[in-house]
Amino acid sequence: MSITYLEAIREAQYEALRHDPTVFLYGQDISAFGGAFKATKNLSKEFPGRVFDSPISEDAMIGMAVGAAVEGARPIIEMQFADFSSVGFNQIINQAATLYWRTNVPCPITIRMPSGGTAGSGPFHSQSMEAIYAHYPGLVIVTPATVEDAYWMLLDSVTLNDPVIYCEHKFLYYHLKADQIGERSLPIGKARIARPGRHATIVTYSAMVHEALRAAEELQLDGYQIEVVDLRSVKPMDTDTILASVARTGRLLALGEAFPWGGVTAEIIARVSSEGFHLLDAPPMRLNSKDTPIPYHPNLWKSHRPTTATIAAALRRLLRY
Amino acid sequence: MSLAETTTCCETDLTADFRDQFLLTYQHMLLSRVLEDKLGSLYRAGGRIVGGVYLGKGQEAFSAALGVQLRKGRDIYGPLIRDQAGRIAFGEPIIDTVRTYLGTVTGPMRGRDGNIHRGRPKEGHMAMISHLGSMLAVVAGGLFARRLAGTLKDSIGATSIGDGGTSTGAFHEGLNMAAVERLPIIVSVANNQYAYSTPNTRQYACANLVDRAAGYGVEGVAVDATDLAACLKVFRAAAARARSGRGPQMIVGSLLRLAGHGEHDDASYVPDKARKGPAARDCLAVAEQFTLDHGWMNEAEIRELHEEVRRNVDQTFSKVSKEPAPDPFKENWQALSSADLVEGQHEA
Repeated sequence: MSITYLEAIREAQYEALRHDPTVFLYGQDISAFGGAFKATKNLSKEFPGRVFDSPISEDAMIGMAVGAAVEGARPIIEMQFADFSSVGFNQIINQAATLYWRTNVPCPITIRMPSGGTAGSGPFHSQSMEAIYAHYPGLVIVTPATVEDAYWMLLDSVTLNDPVIYCEHKFLYYHLKADQIGERSLPIGKARIARPGRHATIVTYSAMVHEALRAAEELQLDGYQIEVVDLRSVKPMDTDTILASVARTGRLLALGEAFPWGGVTAEIIARVSSEGFHLLDAPPMRLNSKDTPIPYHPNLWKSHRPTTATIAAALRRLLRY
Repeated sequence: MSLAETTTCCETDLTADFRDQFLLTYQHMLLSRVLEDKLGSLYRAGGRIVGGVYLGKGQEAFSAALGVQLRKGRDIYGPLIRDQAGRIAFGEPIIDTVRTYLGTVTGPMRGRDGNIHRGRPKEGHMAMISHLGSMLAVVAGGLFARRLAGTLKDSIGATSIGDGGTSTGAFHEGLNMAAVERLPIIVSVANNQYAYSTPNTRQYACANLVDRAAGYGVEGVAVDATDLAACLKVFRAAAARARSGRGPQMIVGSLLRLAGHGEHDDASYVPDKARKGPAARDCLAVAEQFTLDHGWMNEAEIRELHEEVRRNVDQTFSKVSKEPAPDPFKENWQALSSADLVEGQHEA
């Protein structure tokens, strides 16, 4: 028996629906069809009247969730692809994110965003939107990298009394498996040391955690022990765990799949530079995708995003300094 | 050619119950007008009001005729910019308006938001954001959740928009979704002919906005929004249809905004011809004349009512003017309700 990252997402929604009658699911093709990725497979059968197909209206879907949350519901909204959340952007950042601060009424909605690139998906089915949403006050942004986190962080997101952008990585859907869903480990807001080390720290999140771990393996052959910090949530960002790691290693590589301008990796560098400058033995490094739209063909796609090879090369430069 | 026919009121509609609602709504309109006149003069005097002032002058009949159909605590209302009268009719106390315009910490928005951007969502009064069209889906979502929880019963929702707001994607998405879900929601469209300075001819190409209702699969009715009796007739019927399960109801009212977009705007772009046209009738004067014509009130009673309303408004401003402004050192500066997830607390 094993469970994939995608199945864990389905199981978490099953559990949320079973546990709390105020939870409902709303999204495109998610009812009888079970969703474009089957993340809601059979849920409409198991929970009749609580899993709804929506029109192709991302703006209305989020607005609707906010209204439902005011009335005490805990909607889980599926964006078919994170890329399309741009159509619901206004409702996310202006309606959902400001509601509590403006009116003192909490907004417990979870927006599932199938994120990140896979070969052949092209510019509009591959984006990573976490930095865009993290920029706005009033949102929690989670980026699970493991089967266990995919499950528990989704359940935690639904329980939270604030809007959560749940970035699930499509590249991990089928490939990432675990024997079983483990015990709940860390709460939202705490980073995880995915691999301990002492020569350099990679701070990353989501699918890039696995690329980072492979690069760390590669560097081990050269005798380097690379620490990998999995942020788990990019907002709040667990600065303490990042600084503690950099204190151990003296070197930092901030790694992300998203576009290079600004964003999560820039935030990591900014925090470490301003709060932990004295801990650094080398200038902190960043590695992101290229600054172009995400390409379609696998040859281009593989060169657009950071890979084990480019991460290993970056680490070698960082270690040589 | 528009399919729309404008609904009017006839003598047979004037039951005792209708008269009572008319007079009640007229009082809401008057209170709104006096309150907004005061806000406008305070704005022009300078110093007291933080930010802009956005008035519903000329739209009181259309706005209040909807608000008066709603029951606070049971129905959900998502008003927009020019719905001071509708908010009063819904049951918002005017002290909430004054506190929000003056930005006192005692108001529902506590100085965090101002003027027309106010509400008490837990009482069914949604606090509009500035992005037009986006409240429609929010009101629909509240109704959707109630239906799911089995608590919808005969409650309805209502939201307002203007001619300009109907051009947004959010309006289209929201109305389409509400129609697909067949939610009991009234969508009132105040066609005041100008979206800020942009005339109807640059806003839409259909003959009458109410023609769009058919395209959404919802019922649509057009009305002369300067005529309170006609507005009441239309909104009473629309509320009854919504409560009885007939899905979204779109009401389009024709009128002219009798103020600028905000008080900073002299509306010089409105030509004299439009200012003298039938849509430019002052709905408050029309309602008062209707009241006099039907012998429901005499001139002395109307004068007395004006005085009473003015005293009420003055007293409210006087009370609020003594209330404290927000204190940045007491503000908790947290955008999340989950205090443990708020960043930056350790930095201080």
